Amino acid sequence: MATSKNKLAEVLAKHEQQIATGWLERQASTLRRLSGAEQQEVTRQSREFLKTVKAAAQADGAGDVSSPAWTPVREFLTDFSAARAKGGYSSSETASFIFSMKQPLFEALRSEVGNDSETLAAETWRATELLDSLGLLTTEAFQKTREDVISRQQHELLELSTPVVQLWDGILALPLIGTLDSARTQVVMQNLLDAIVKTRSDFAIIDITGVPVVDTLVAQHLLKTVAAARLMGAECMISGIRPQIAQTIIHLGVDLSDVITKATLADAFALTLRRAGFKMIRDQKEQRAAEN
Amino acid sequence: MERIPILKMGDYLLITIQVDMHDRLAITLQEDLTDQIVKHRSHGVLIDISALEMVDSFIGRMLGSIASMARLLDAETVVVGMQPAVAITLVELGLSMTGVRTALDVEKGMLVLRAALSKARRNGAPGAEV
Repeated sequence: MATSKNKLAEVLAKHEQQIATGWLERQASTLRRLSGAEQQEVTRQSREFLKTVKAAAQADGAGDVSSPAWTPVREFLTDFSAARAKGGYSSSETASFIFSMKQPLFEALRSEVGNDSETLAAETWRATELLDSLGLLTTEAFQKTREDVISRQQHELLELSTPVVQLWDGILALPLIGTLDSARTQVVMQNLLDAIVKTRSDFAIIDITGVPVVDTLVAQHLLKTVAAARLMGAECMISGIRPQIAQTIIHLGVDLSDVITKATLADAFALTLRRAGFKMIRDQKEQRAAEN
Repeated sequence: MERIPILKMGDYLLITIQVDMHDRLAITLQEDLTDQIVKHRSHGVLIDISALEMVDSFIGRMLGSIASMARLLDAETVVVGMQPAVAITLVELGLSMTGVRTALDVEKGMLVLRAALSKARRNGAPGAEV
């Protein structure tokens, strides 16, 4: 069996050029149309991949892709899949990079083995197994890269979407954007309370103009945030309630009567300024100048 | 026995909780405070919990009941200096202490107490000093 073990390496070494040409043709027919630069990149990647596979097969012909001899191949495929995932390829496009190698490889095997159908069947089976496991590896690496991207974006979204803005000395605003869930409310609450301590604020306005849906759960989260701010000694009001949201809140039977609510952030800000003892006066002269 | 000191400052009583509250201590505080309010005829109580890092539902309820008791004895209560983590815990426990006045620190708490007392005097609430 020692000879047949390295049959694959032998075939790869002997027919490398032929397999590469056949493979590239197959790829061109299965993939979408590629630009010149992409075509060049694919050719380069294919040749490099064949070389690494050849080296691995020569070192360990058993075709066990988890063995150390195949580490360069695995690394190459992981990098390759990551690049494809970032480049906007679909998962089937990525996997077909491996699978389209089957036909030219089998052809090379057939021409090498000749009429010995038993050896041919055995070798074909081994090659199929090898390519299948490599294909699975590609898909897994592809998915992993995509998942990394998603989790990073989620994290960034969480960071971005909960700013605390200081409107005036002692007045904070918290413009909420996007759907509120338990995890986000925790971050929002924590950020608001920390900002209250840091800025020694007496007033906080939670603006929900950017919250698309307010259900009982979201309303409860809002009430909790208001209560927590109150415990810290800050008065908290809710602004930016759209007509649709007002209707939903009442239909759901949510009781917001303990909280000051305003239709717009401007209204809430004006009220807080009055409460804090500020008076806003418009200069007559400036006003005339602005109107003219 | 361990006790939390209650300091008299003019019209007000000042309580600073510096140690971890346990149930026994809380009950002792309740008893001491009601005694002191009556003894000094105080009209304001300021409880500073800025050093308190952990609360449970019992302590939360105790703060609420201290405020109610003080009100029965005609004294306003302000709880000041609550840590963000403590505030979140109390809210999650469902204790929003609606009957208790709150402020960020002792300074602001004093202002709140003064404002509350002068309002009570203006309205001629029974017991308010003339």
